[in-house]
Amino acid sequence: MSIIVRDVNKSFGDFAALTDVSVEIPSGSLTALLGPSGGAKSTLLRVIAGLEKADSGLVEIEGRDATKLPAQDRGVGFVFQHYAAFKHLSVARNIAFGLEIRKRPKAEIKKKVDELLELVHLEQFAHRYPAQLSGGQRQRMALARALAVEPQVLLLDEPFGALDAQVRKELRAWLRRLHDQVHVTTVFVTHDQEEAMEVADSIVVMADGKVEQIGSPDQLYEAPANDFVMSFLGPVTKLGGELVRPHDLELSIEPRPDTVTAKVTRVTRLGFEVRVDLEIEGEELWAQVTRGSSEQLGLVEGQTLFVRRSAPVRAAAAVS
Amino acid sequence: MASSTTVGGAGVSLLGAPPAPPATPSRRRPLHGKGKAIGLSLVMTYLSIIVLIPLAAVVWHSQSNGFSGFVHAVTTPEAASTLKLTIYSSILVAAINMVMGTAIAWVLVRDKLPGRTFLDTLIDLPFALPTIVAGLALLTVYGPNSPLGVNLAYQRAGVVVALLFVTLPFVVRTVQPVLMELDTEMEQAAASLGAGPGTIFVRIILPNMFPAMAAGTALAFARSMSEFGSTVLISGNIPFQTQVASVHVYNQLESDNVAGAAAVSTVLLIVSLVVLVALDMLQRWAARRG
Repeated sequence: MSIIVRDVNKSFGDFAALTDVSVEIPSGSLTALLGPSGGAKSTLLRVIAGLEKADSGLVEIEGRDATKLPAQDRGVGFVFQHYAAFKHLSVARNIAFGLEIRKRPKAEIKKKVDELLELVHLEQFAHRYPAQLSGGQRQRMALARALAVEPQVLLLDEPFGALDAQVRKELRAWLRRLHDQVHVTTVFVTHDQEEAMEVADSIVVMADGKVEQIGSPDQLYEAPANDFVMSFLGPVTKLGGELVRPHDLELSIEPRPDTVTAKVTRVTRLGFEVRVDLEIEGEELWAQVTRGSSEQLGLVEGQTLFVRRSAPVRAAAAVS
Repeated sequence: MASSTTVGGAGVSLLGAPPAPPATPSRRRPLHGKGKAIGLSLVMTYLSIIVLIPLAAVVWHSQSNGFSGFVHAVTTPEAASTLKLTIYSSILVAAINMVMGTAIAWVLVRDKLPGRTFLDTLIDLPFALPTIVAGLALLTVYGPNSPLGVNLAYQRAGVVVALLFVTLPFVVRTVQPVLMELDTEMEQAAASLGAGPGTIFVRIILPNMFPAMAAGTALAFARSMSEFGSTVLISGNIPFQTQVASVHVYNQLESDNVAGAAAVSTVLLIVSLVVLVALDMLQRWAARRG
């Protein structure tokens, strides 16, 4: 394990930001801390980095007890949402900072900086100042700066949160590729489930200062530990008082075992997908079907259908 | 004071405003045609009446006995000694207030001291007080009847203390807003890269404060060069010892030596101008870097 957090508590005044949080992050993994906005995830990340002191509990980094170590001795690279660029230094000097204060030889620093500039595609911008870069470029610079000191773990606090949607998507894919290249244990905070699912090997779902579930994106999606995790990780609707994924509802014209009668209230075509709003005894729900099955069923408003949960045997469904 | 404060204000906003990225065109549309002409002529007329013509008149008067007359007027032993005292003590005062003003700004912004708001108000007092009152206050505390037993009257140290008093706000008030705006995440980023508190101060905080420190220091220096009211009481105006340049100018006028007064004034003007231009260049340089 690269990072071990055990029974960490942290409060700000009356507000309990973290309550008995325990997390283990395997070496070389790319982990997302996912949860709704509001404190907990970033606080946990900052506790790991030593930028925030836990009230109680233990933090271990690469087998070393780091609970009482100051931030500068933890060997942790940290990337901030708002870049935290050293605005009085050029891009190259920003990246060189960690090496310069370690008094490394000039030639070594230059070599390393050139390598990193290439890695983050900022070769032409080496002599610019941060104010002359776009948000995405600044964040890549911040990442190179954190990587320069070869940290044991890399922590990113909502790294793409301040960027617009397009740049965000590009950087996400780029972070994934970068991680496959450098293999440093990486933890990033996000409130965007799509981002977490797309980029991370494993996801730690947090809410109200507690860990709700830890697992791979598939595990969390297929076997959520509770309703919160289920509804946070994807679309949900309610059938007979239970949460269901809208694409796990099976619609048929004829009644089948365990089906209930439903009335179609609205049919919305969203490209390949079709959203079907239904009503069962006054209760509203919706199903997601493909265009093909929508045509087979001849879906129209006001039609009566039969609904049941599809068998949770995903593998079999995929083969057929 | 009013004019110096304005210069300080402009300096701070220059420092605070991030420069527009080169590619983006300015969103502020320039005035066209008549509006632009009226605006420009209004500003030029006002500046001419208030600033340029009076200053030109001083420079003109300083040359009324020719250039050699000018050189003679500023190199008489009394004029030379008074200019030397003024320039040296201004340098000393600017240096001390650069350090102390920055320290005070730091405490006001970063340390959550009780009574901080009171301290914050206190800083403006030398701005608000008529300088002659400041002189009187200093004479009461550091004069011949000093309750502290510290008598600085009629000594150069007294001049320095008076100048320190009146120029205190400049550095505090230029550095304070910059410190408030300073992104503390920069310091955290530096810490996570392995920098200790000392390294963070020297490599991150100081370079970011420096342009504001320099701006405040330049203003304090310019103000010291011109100070009259606060020094006039405590210094005793002893020629060759404690007489500052502005008092010398006043004395020359009293004895109908207008050309001599104008000559010394011109030297003060040139030194202040050089310092302010240097400050402006420094700020442009800093603004370019963002």
